[in-house]
Parts: sequence; C-alpha cells; structure tokens
Amino acid sequence: MSEIDEIVGEFLVESYENLDRYDEDLLALERDPGDTEVISSIFRTIHTVKGTAGFFAFDRLGELAHVAENLLGRLREGELAVTEEIASALLFTGDTLRKMLATIEATGVEGEEDVAELTALLTRLHTGAGSPLVAELDQPEDDEDEVAPKLGELLIGEGATTPDAVALAAHEQDLGDDRRIGEILVDHGQTTADAVDKAVEAQGNDPGRSLSDSSIRVDVGLLDELMNLVGELVLARNQIVQLVGEEQDSRYAGASQRLNLITTELQEGVMKTRMQPIGNVWNKLPRVVRDLSLACGKQVRLVMEGQDTELDKTIIEAIKDPLTHLVRNAVDHGIELPAARAAAGKAEEGQLTLRAFHEGGQVNIEITDDGGGIDPHALQQKAIAKRAITAEQAATMTDREAVNLIFAAGFSTAEEVTSVSGRGVGMDVVRTNIERIGGTVDVQSEQGQGTSCKVKIPLTLAIVPALMVTSGDSRFAIPQLSLIELVRLEGEEARAGIELVHGAPVHRLRGRLLPIVDLASELGREASATRETVNIVVLQADGQSFGLVVDAIQDTEEIVVKPLGSHLKEAALFSGATIMGDGRVALILDVLGIAERARVVTETTERSGAGEEEGEVLDQRHVERRTLLLVGIGDDRRAAIALSDVERLEEFASASIEYGGGREVVQYRDDILPLLRLADALGVGSYGMHQPEHLDVVVNRVEGRMVGIVVGSILDIVEQDVDLRDGDEGRGVLGSAIIQGRVTDVVDIDAVVTRNDPARMGGYAGV
Amino acid sequence: MAASIQYCTFSLAHLTFGIEVDRVQEVMRSRDLTEVPLANEVVEGLINLRGQIVTALDLRRRLELPPRDPAAPPPMHIVVRTNSGELSLLVDAIGDVVDADEATFEEPPETLDGVARELIAGTYKLDGRLLLVLDTERAVQLPSPV
Repeated sequence: MSEIDEIVGEFLVESYENLDRYDEDLLALERDPGDTEVISSIFRTIHTVKGTAGFFAFDRLGELAHVAENLLGRLREGELAVTEEIASALLFTGDTLRKMLATIEATGVEGEEDVAELTALLTRLHTGAGSPLVAELDQPEDDEDEVAPKLGELLIGEGATTPDAVALAAHEQDLGDDRRIGEILVDHGQTTADAVDKAVEAQGNDPGRSLSDSSIRVDVGLLDELMNLVGELVLARNQIVQLVGEEQDSRYAGASQRLNLITTELQEGVMKTRMQPIGNVWNKLPRVVRDLSLACGKQVRLVMEGQDTELDKTIIEAIKDPLTHLVRNAVDHGIELPAARAAAGKAEEGQLTLRAFHEGGQVNIEITDDGGGIDPHALQQKAIAKRAITAEQAATMTDREAVNLIFAAGFSTAEEVTSVSGRGVGMDVVRTNIERIGGTVDVQSEQGQGTSCKVKIPLTLAIVPALMVTSGDSRFAIPQLSLIELVRLEGEEARAGIELVHGAPVHRLRGRLLPIVDLASELGREASATRETVNIVVLQADGQSFGLVVDAIQDTEEIVVKPLGSHLKEAALFSGATIMGDGRVALILDVLGIAERARVVTETTERSGAGEEEGEVLDQRHVERRTLLLVGIGDDRRAAIALSDVERLEEFASASIEYGGGREVVQYRDDILPLLRLADALGVGSYGMHQPEHLDVVVNRVEGRMVGIVVGSILDIVEQDVDLRDGDEGRGVLGSAIIQGRVTDVVDIDAVVTRNDPARMGGYAGV
Repeated sequence: MAASIQYCTFSLAHLTFGIEVDRVQEVMRSRDLTEVPLANEVVEGLINLRGQIVTALDLRRRLELPPRDPAAPPPMHIVVRTNSGELSLLVDAIGDVVDADEATFEEPPETLDGVARELIAGTYKLDGRLLLVLDTERAVQLPSPV
C-alpha cells in the first residue's frame, strides 16, 4: 500500500467517499424515483470515477463506469424509469467498483475482476430489454476473495512475476496440483521466495484499515480555528504557570505542570494536523522544469528527495513562489546548454536536485544543479557597475560572499534578459519572501561544478520560541530563529567593549567586528548614557550578524504571534505582538526591519566582515595573523596599524586643534591629547594644500599615554597573515606587506611616537 | 416617520460626542497599555482584549484637542467595530445612551473648525447641550505623519 502513488491515493479516498454517497443516493432514488436532482448526483459520481479512471488508465474500471453512465444518462433524460432491477444493478455496480478500487489500493494495479456479465446486464438495461439476471449476479462472492486480493495479483502488482506465469500456475492448480500458487511460481522460477513472503504479508495486512477508514477530510478553517484556540491555551498556560510560581501550595504546582505538559502535546498535535508534505508544492515543479528546459533548449533531469518532509500549510503557501523562482533560475541560468556541457566533459543532460529534510526544528530545502556555477568575479563586476558595492569592497570579499551578491537588489545574472527571468522578480525578492517567514537562504557555488541554494525555514509561524528583552519599561520579544548568541559586558568591558569604527559602533567579538545597534535609540528613545553592564543580543538578518544592545535579557518563552492592526503598519520595527503571562501585550521585534533601519549592512561592516572571514579561513592553516587597521596617508598611500595598539577611532574638527608645548593638541575627555601626523612622521609628504574640515584620528595608548595619530582616512580593518619585508626602524615602519592587493607599510606606533615626541625625546632617546 | 437612532455618548474636553450604539462593542475602564514606539502619535498603544490585541487611539489627539490633564481620572476605552477591525477609542468619560430624533439632525456647526469639523458627521440638539456625532470611519483613518 505504501507503494501507491499519492495521487492515486487521493483518487481512492475521493472515490470511496463518492461511492458512499452513491449508495445513499440510489436508495433515496428508489424511494422517490422522480427526483432528478438525485439522479444527477449519481450521474456525477459515476462520471467522475470514469474520468479519473481513464486518466490513470484503469481501463476495466473506466469501462464499467462508462456503461453505468450510459444507463444513468437515459434515466436522467427521463427515457427510462427507475425500476428495482435497475437500482439493484446500479448498487451492484457500486459494490463492484469498490472491490476494484480495493484491489488497486492493495496492489497498485487493476485486478482481474470479471465485469463482463455486469456490463452486459447494464447494457441490456440501457437498451431497455430487462432481464432477470440480476438475482443471479447479486450473490455475495467468496468472502475470502473480497477481503484479500489474490496472491498472484499482488505479485504482478509488485512486478515480481508476470500475468502469464500466474495464469499457468492457476491452470496447474485447476489440474489438481494442490500446492499453493506462490510455491508453484517459485518452483517455476517465475518469482522469488522473498517476494512471495512479502506478498503474503501484504495480503494479511490488507483487511486492516484502508485509506477511507484512516483518513477524513477536514475544513482548513476548522484547523485554523483549532490552532488559534491552542494559541489561546498556550497563553493561558503561560499565565497559570507564572501565577503558580508565586504560590506556595504544591497541589497547584502539580496541576500546573500537568496542564503544561498537556498543552505542549496538544499544541504539537494540532500543529501536525496542519502539516503538509512539501511534495504538494514540488508536484508542480516537474512541469515547470520540463517546459522551461524545452524553451531554453536544455536537457534537465529533476530529482526530488524528501517529498514527504512536512511543513505548516501557511509556510507551504509562502515558499511556493520563492521555490519556483529558484528552480526556474537553476534551469535558466544554472544548467548549461547540452553542447556546452559536452564540451566541459559533463553529461549533456543536466541534473537538478531538490532535497528537503528536517534539522534542528527547521526545514531545510536544497536546490542543487550541476551546471556552470556562478562566476564570483563577474558578479562583483556587475555589482560594482550597479554601484551595489565598491571596488575596494569587492577586493576583500570571499568568493562565497561574492556569490551571495545575487541576492542584492536589482540583480539579474543573465547576460541577456530572457523571457524566463529578468522580469524584475529577482533573487532579492526571493530572499525577502523567505526572510519574511523567518527563514534564511544561502547560495554556494563552485565554478564549473554547479550551484546549491540552501533554504532554511521554520516549521510553523503561529507559535514560536522567543527571547524576551527589555528596553526602558517595555518588553519585547525576539524570535529565537534569528538569535545567535548573547554577550554580556561588565565593568571595564562595558565601557571599552563598544568602539567606534568610522563613526559606527562595533564590538570586537572573538576577533570579529560586530556592528552594534542600540535598541533604545532605534525605538526613538534616549539611550542610557552609561551602563554598568552591556547586554548584547547577537542576531542574524540579511546574511549579516549584528549586536542589539538591550537593557536587560529575560527568559525565553513560547509566544503566540498575533498580527498588528493596520494602524501600525508604518512601524516597520515590529512583526507582530503577543500576550505575555501577565496579560500584557508585548511587541515582537522584526529583526530584519531593525537591521534595515539601522543600516547595519554599511560599507564598514561589510568590508571588515569580509576581511575577518578571510582571516578565519587562513587561521586554520597558519598560527600567526595580525589584525590591522588600514589607513590612508598622504598621496594615496596606505599604512597599517596593529589594532591592538588602537584605543579608539575619533574624528575632530580641524578648528578644534589647539597648540600646547609646541605641538598640535585637542581637548579629549577632559584631557589634552597630543596629535601626531602620520604622513609627516613617515616622511611621505603632507596632506595637500587644503586642510580638511575634519581629521580622522587614531587614538593610541603608548606607555600609558594617549596619543592621537592623524591619518588621511580610515579605510578598513583586516585580519590576515602578514609577511613583513624591509623593516625600517629609523622611520618607524615594522615592514611592508601586501594587504588587499596593495603594498602597505605596517607602522611601529611605539617607534613613531617615541621618535616624534619632543617631550619623550629627552627621556627615551638614550635608551 | 420620526425614527430615532441610539447613540453612545462620551465627553472629550468640554464637548459631548456620540457614536452609533450598534458600532460599539463594549466600554471599558482604563487598562494596561503597551506603548508602540515610532507609531503614529494618535496611537496610544495596544491592549489585550480577551486574548485579542487591539490598537487604542487617543481621540483627543485625533481631534487635535488640548492634551488630557494628567491629574484627571484615567481615560475610558470605547471598543468600536470599524472597517479596519476592532479599535479602542480613548475618551475622557462615558455618558448615557441617548435616543436622538432624526428630525433634529443638523449639519456640523460653523463654529467648529479644523480637524474636528471634518470628523463630525453632524449634530443633534439635546436638552441644553449639543451632541456631536463622530464620523467613526473617518476618525480611525489616521493622517499620515507630517
């Protein structure tokens, strides 16, 4: 039974249901032979069976239904009156149809049911010539035959033997061979003992629950309502659990724990009722692939794995379009033309694989093609041309990041716009749609080998685990799906842990720069100036991680997502609201919305991110690496300062420069910060004719004293292996290295400061 | 036919307003409100109405009336059914339900100006006071923020 195609299964369920009504209708017709509505209903039932049987090439089934339909047609037209004989014949037709359906259900193929007599009877009735044959026919058949399909049929259905062999074996039985049919077949070498055992088992199982008994149709509206009620129950549960926490009486605790367990199980159960196999969406894809590959002149074989992976109905709806788009993209852009494939030494027929599986409470869907892959450099060039990124950014990007540029807005990778794609619905829309339902999408590609799109989506949207955080007096929920980790900075760390790079706050998390967003200021509130402890919630959105600073982090809780009213659509920071255990409303933060609003994906962070990732990869091979701050100095030259020497990055107005002790200083944090121009110190020329309005200053701490190094510009932070050559102690240069494709001087800050600090000259010159 | 319509009355500042009774789902005392940052200034917050989340609008701000005296008793909620779903309107105090004779219906008075004039469908003269009929659908359409 498990072998039956799902569509056939649906057909069977539907037909059983129709036949049940068919019987009722016939009985009603007997009571009131003139009821044309009932005749029409019976006619429709048989017509549907006939049509669908024709579609699946169940010829005998179709033939019987066809004859019955002819008879019913005459009844409907009023050319024949309903007699008991006709009603009996039609009822018997229903029984026979059921029996034939049962055979199909058990074996997957039509049985050998003999319908000749019945069709003859129906034809006779149709032509108006009555016959008393009905009584003869209407005898119950051998009971055993009815419940258990014949072994031979099962074996044929499994493809384990041929109809001829079965006929021969049956003939031998008729001639007096008292062996069982399976034994004869095995002896003849027409099948294997294993197959017979399996078939016998199937025969035994068959009288169990058939499809019509084990499944019912339920209105989706009812399921939605149940889901809502379960949501309410979860809220009430949360409330009770919270109240009981304050109670001393242990009886309450026991009852609430039970309530807790039952609610969780009920929630899971109801969620399951809304689950549908992803195959329901995939069903449409073979056609899409076929039509598209024909249109493109390509040969594509579609392989699908894990069709029965289940997802919530609403999510299935939501991923339908993005998935279709990804598949179209793979055929249109991924897989090459047969000639190109042959030239590359690949099979002319390309392969597109869809794979779905559950992992860690999420559903993963992979769309993999064995096509030409994505050229990261072509993408970068395009991105630069479209001003999506700068050439500098492109230089520091990993290939993987470059490939993910296809998700940038307004991108079409096709050389020319085809009828298939390039219609404005780009990959950016795919990503947005997937992220709207809390999913992620990532592309990996190897040139010449193919491309793989990985989509991760949550199982359901209605009830999600969330982290509760506070900002001021307000509580907010953050869906746990976007959560990566929590970071807590205390004491000195809280003050120094958040630095400014290029004016944007960042936190150095295990050597990586994490852009920081303050929740309070995003909410348009006053951010608390100084905090004893800083709580950072590290989140992921848009392929980028960022840290959200909140006042306090509370528990995680199961929350029931409720939509916001139309009056709050403009507040893009919230994806919904929920009701907490104490009955108050809490807003759910839209992580993607916050990331977009705070422009987390700025040049600085993107570039530094790229550098870091490169560094990480390198780190696996080399032990030593440096984290360097890249600065521009003088005439388009670059220098690098070890980030460990850097205290802060600041920007001062040129007008704020004062003079003290014969050198440039600025007031900084109630102190005097001496300034030192790096270009002068390295002897690479001045800053040109005009004074810029603002000076970029790298604040360093050298031997306990703060010094501001004035640079031309702050470019980037990179973390990579540095191969130093030609150090020049006299100039204060540790050496030169190739960084981001350019020769860069790595500055020895201590030496530079010592050499150029008149105040120190005396003290340290001799040392 | 001297048909009459029932209005649920409420007061805002010194004015008396009315909403058709069949629009009003319920009237509630002040309750916990969750503020929505960055929302339209008319949005006072969100309330939990038996498991349903309902947006509360401050009618004073909508009608551009002077802000509520902080010392005054907390505002009342009138939950109304509108085309944009259920909404709660914050008012100073709830009055009686009155039967207004359709024959006494008049256009909004000339003395009203600004936003209030746009949002008032008309008036009834009750004994000794004027009942301003709120055009509920228009009142809950928020002006785009300037």
